[in-house]
Amino acid sequence: MIKATKPCLFVNLKPEPSDRSTTDWDLVIRPKTGWLDLHLSDLIRYHDLTMMFVWRDFVSQYKQTVLGPLWHLIQPLFTTLLFTLVFGRVARLPTDGIPPLLFYMAGITCWNYFSECLNRSSTTFLGNAGIFGKVYFPRLCVPLSIVVSNMIKFVIQFGLFVAMLLFYALRGATVHPNLLMLLTPLLLLLMAALGLGLGIIVSALTVRYRDLQVLMKFGVQLLMYATPVIYPLSMVPEKYRWLALANPMSAVVETFRSAFLGSGALDWSGLLYSSVATAVILFVGIVLFNHVERTFMDTV
Amino acid sequence: MSDIVVQVRNLSKKYRLGVLGTGTLRHDLNRWWHRLRGKSDPYEKVVPGLDPSATGQEPGNDEQPGPLGRDAHLLPDLADDEMWALRDVSFDVKRGEILGVVGRNGAGKSTLLKVLSRVTAPTDGEVRVKGRIASLLEVGTGFHPELTGRENIFLNGAILGMTRNEIKRKLDEIVAFAEVDRYLDTPVKRYSSGMYVRLAFAVAAHLEPEILIVDEVLAVGDAEFQKKCLGKMKDVAGHGRTILFVSHNMEAVRNLCTRGIWLAGGQLVEEGPAEKIVGSYFGTTGSQSYLVRPNQARGFAIDAVRLKNRDGLETSQFQPGEELIVEIAFNARIRLERPFLTLGVMGALGSCFTANMLLDGLRPEVLEGVGVIVCRFMSIPLLPQMYELKLGIREKNGVDSIVDYQEVAGFRVTGDLARYGFKGEFLDRASRYTSVVVPYEWRLPDGSVSRISLAAPVS
Repeated sequence: MIKATKPCLFVNLKPEPSDRSTTDWDLVIRPKTGWLDLHLSDLIRYHDLTMMFVWRDFVSQYKQTVLGPLWHLIQPLFTTLLFTLVFGRVARLPTDGIPPLLFYMAGITCWNYFSECLNRSSTTFLGNAGIFGKVYFPRLCVPLSIVVSNMIKFVIQFGLFVAMLLFYALRGATVHPNLLMLLTPLLLLLMAALGLGLGIIVSALTVRYRDLQVLMKFGVQLLMYATPVIYPLSMVPEKYRWLALANPMSAVVETFRSAFLGSGALDWSGLLYSSVATAVILFVGIVLFNHVERTFMDTV
Repeated sequence: MSDIVVQVRNLSKKYRLGVLGTGTLRHDLNRWWHRLRGKSDPYEKVVPGLDPSATGQEPGNDEQPGPLGRDAHLLPDLADDEMWALRDVSFDVKRGEILGVVGRNGAGKSTLLKVLSRVTAPTDGEVRVKGRIASLLEVGTGFHPELTGRENIFLNGAILGMTRNEIKRKLDEIVAFAEVDRYLDTPVKRYSSGMYVRLAFAVAAHLEPEILIVDEVLAVGDAEFQKKCLGKMKDVAGHGRTILFVSHNMEAVRNLCTRGIWLAGGQLVEEGPAEKIVGSYFGTTGSQSYLVRPNQARGFAIDAVRLKNRDGLETSQFQPGEELIVEIAFNARIRLERPFLTLGVMGALGSCFTANMLLDGLRPEVLEGVGVIVCRFMSIPLLPQMYELKLGIREKNGVDSIVDYQEVAGFRVTGDLARYGFKGEFLDRASRYTSVVVPYEWRLPDGSVSRISLAAPVS
């Protein structure tokens, strides 16, 4: 990945025995720490900064715009309408008997959150090279803040979705919101962790291989079609279903739909698989990210 | 030993030059494959005379901390496209010290600060730090143009490592120091550059870390504000905190720092009292100009910049009012038509005077091949201080830069001001006020007329 610098024993420190000095010093800067030395405690010390980034994202995004945060509603609304038109009316994809508008909106609400997290955190290193090159803080603050600030947008879109759901439910459409809704925090966590994990893996790799930047642009779009966003999982032929389920996002989107719309059957093993895969990806991401953050300024 | 707050030992930093391109992935995979099989790095150069298998091993592990200490410390040899930005640098900094780091462009100063501020990791060696360390490698890091001054204080403060409450407590102080209270709720994109810098420095100055790293910040802002910054830094150091200060402004280093280290080619040349370090630095720089970095791929290079006195002797020591001859030896592989040359003499408070073709229009028709341009300053009206010479070259359109305006040489003016008619008892404060004195005279109510001129000693 990154240039192989080799650890070196500390040779020339005669005045004091090294065992004493390690406890005495607040900070020791060494060539390379272990892969698993993640110093995550720094993140807690810098939680103010993370929140500051969240707030900056939110405030600065809509300065000098007329509609401000309303854009959070307009964007998913139009996407939903478009999907309804194209996939529902023109392509006539089935929606498990759910009103198409609700069906697509459920998928888009989830997918938007995940893809935003993924897209934005994947440019962590390149997009912040200027600031990273000047001052130290745990680099993970940046992607973390992205995940959190997107959560605000998610809540807004989710609110819109719930409003539409109520509207349809009152008009007697065939939707069955159920107790699985209690899983929503878990689903949100999974989406956040997966978006973050994949995003920081990409961001760590793009430091060396810019190709990934290009790949990311359409990769996320392609990934959407590999996730049951515009079609129900039930439509996927039995033979290929494992393939669709290999994508950890599939179970998340399906569970979300079955919780709020009552469509599809909840597959606990699928959800378990998603959780494990997400945890693994996030862990790999953090390790990789951490490894790159120490020397990326030399390659960027 | 307890008052040592920064301990740098055998610090080395290797950079890989050139462009990382399509070969990267293949090299990386190949490297990884070799390492996996326990073989040496196929791209690491083998040191002649050493067992090839030994060079690929981890260099520290088979080493004994022998009697030779750091000399026994072997570093792996470099591949063709690599260079040492820092090599085997060791020094200590004590609590309350202001350590000046001097050296020419490319000597490794910035790399050192980057490693110390954890922006990049060293290749070898170790740094130990006691207390919170904060770096000011550039003012206004992370300022967001759309946010207001107040919002940016909080953001920038957090980036520099302050908590929200800390910033809240210091907000008034910061605003007062920056003198921006009227514009606090204006987006910083509408700030003048001076206000911007003042606000940025104010945030950093109120950081209260135990160790503050400052790089060239004082090159910006007006003289008045620079003075304020220097004062603030002295203040900070007075409170038992430690400062590492990198600057090209030798006068500032001399005035501000208690100790200095001098880097050249990534290695530590000398360490000692600031005055002494600045002296020895200047002792050599005049005869040997700094590394001049032309813009890449322009086919134009500055081979040397030499400072000479009236007798044509190369020197870095001048007297007030003496002649200063600047010789610029260039090597142009391209035909450079009607370029603009700019020479400037910089003192502690900024630019003193300049010889500027953008103003005088006396441009050469063409620069081609190897040659020398000479600029003669007939009489330098400078007080005994440290100065640096800056050189910049622009293309005939007057916009594109061939050689970015940069420090190319340093010199020192020495002399007994009494011989020029100066009698003031606060003469030692001169560098706070000015570096240049043009001839003038006072006519006092009693009818007396006294004249001051740095043109020549009164004798």
